Amino acid sequence: MSPPVRIALLGCGAEYSGVMPEIYEAARQVEAEVFYPDVTLADVKAAGKSFGLDVHSADLKLMIARAEALVAGRTEADAVFIATCFRCAEAAIVRNELRRYIHEGSRLPVVSYSFTERTTSGTLLTRMEALVTIARRRALLARERQEGITLGLDSGSATTKAVIMKENEVIGTGWRPTTQVQQSADEVIALALEESGIRRSEIEATGVTGYGRFLLGNSIGADLIQEELTVNSKGAVYLADRQHGFATVIDIGGMDNKAITVQDGIPGVFTMGGICAGASGRFLEMTAKRLGIDITELGPLAMKGMGKNVPMNSYCIVFGTQSLVNALAAGNSPEDVAAAACHSVAEQVYEQQLQEVDIREPVIMVGGTSLISGLVHAMGELLQTEIVVPRYSQFIGAVGSALLASGYIRKE
Amino acid sequence: MAKVFIYPGTSLILSDLVARFGHRPLGAALAVREKVQTPGLDSPPLQITPEDPKKGLRYAAVEVPSGVRGRMALYGPQIEEADAGIIVRDADLAFGCMGCARTNELVRFLLHRREIPLLELTYPRSDEEGVRFVAAIKEFLAGLAGGETA
Repeated sequence: MSPPVRIALLGCGAEYSGVMPEIYEAARQVEAEVFYPDVTLADVKAAGKSFGLDVHSADLKLMIARAEALVAGRTEADAVFIATCFRCAEAAIVRNELRRYIHEGSRLPVVSYSFTERTTSGTLLTRMEALVTIARRRALLARERQEGITLGLDSGSATTKAVIMKENEVIGTGWRPTTQVQQSADEVIALALEESGIRRSEIEATGVTGYGRFLLGNSIGADLIQEELTVNSKGAVYLADRQHGFATVIDIGGMDNKAITVQDGIPGVFTMGGICAGASGRFLEMTAKRLGIDITELGPLAMKGMGKNVPMNSYCIVFGTQSLVNALAAGNSPEDVAAAACHSVAEQVYEQQLQEVDIREPVIMVGGTSLISGLVHAMGELLQTEIVVPRYSQFIGAVGSALLASGYIRKE
Repeated sequence: MAKVFIYPGTSLILSDLVARFGHRPLGAALAVREKVQTPGLDSPPLQITPEDPKKGLRYAAVEVPSGVRGRMALYGPQIEEADAGIIVRDADLAFGCMGCARTNELVRFLLHRREIPLLELTYPRSDEEGVRFVAAIKEFLAGLAGGETA
């Protein structure tokens, strides 16, 4: 049995928010252990001056001292989890600066999170799992080419996707809205098999990701069950042919969003989540529904409109929908409203999540929402860069799973 | 005997001084030790549950970070209960400290608003200042109802 992955916790307020048991539980579930890097009182006193950020809260000074111990190599760790209270400005500054400092000064994967007392281990699980994957499976993540015949399955919150790959080519795909997790998976596998002309028995290895990964991974006997942060990063740089050097992956999902800074195909810094569905694909689905069009028509419609003509703030999906209804009632064109909705979602992701990672070009957008051209355009405008949307971007998790699963093919 | 809130709440020296002069110190040790919800008595201090930040809503609104409200769930009732308070500003970390600057501001504000006898001192940086520091605390505590002269 391999030793547990050691995750250094740099935290402020977690004990007093009552969420420490949740953090420990999330780590336990992925066979990791959370620990506090050892520092002395002298280190804490010196932390403000040496780091150059003279904060008032003693626990934040302690966080800085611990980060310095990690970067200097005085304490050994496999990964770093930075957690501070949601809505604390002082902590947010420290959290962001430490994340950048550790990323630049070490090879340790870092994830940061701002919690409330309602944070549960379930919320933290995927993030912890990603840290463990990066620490433990670097060799697997180094895979750049798919081999043999593999099946990749992505059981997402909104849709379920499957791909069949053969010798580095996608030869079959399947897509369905997620209803019953198992049933949706069976359907997309059947679709992908039919398109590829491959029999189920010919599949040499299977990889599963997404919310339903544990259920499906066990039921179909998957060789690889892995969270979507590392799988999607790998899939994105693979499909965009940017496997070397830096890249930023943005995946605006149906329920949550992911923003990942990738180096040589391995996530360095990542953030996952969203404050409200107003910053997710769900708001765009609602917009399409209110406009009486299919979601596939929203992007092209938005490209014809001017988002600036319509004030819209989808920070909250309820208020965002209210803006939508008001804008239409005021006589704004569907094109302008569609553009404003895309801009609003892109803006929320930009403001809430992209500030937590280092944006490195190329920026690759993946997931179903990457097919909404208006959203990609809006994000490109905000980031002042041309966004890369690779072929099969909507199947990103499935492609990443199929790619990584080929590492499990047993050679005769 | 008076109930004296000490700031920083973790200061063992302040706590000891208050007890020596016949009063009851109110601080972190008392608040935390009364909450035993961990598997063992020597388990790490994880006694705070997600219910505590909700109790802290009595002292700070929901937009205030949960760490502040969790702390206030411990300190807030003590401030309400206190007959007097001692505030030591700019204390050395080894003397006792409270981790969150926002909580500290709120604690000091609430102590002032109670209009109870308060002694505010700056942490001594020399032997001479140290002697004056202890003398001032002794005089303050002796002046409280039920106090003793040590």
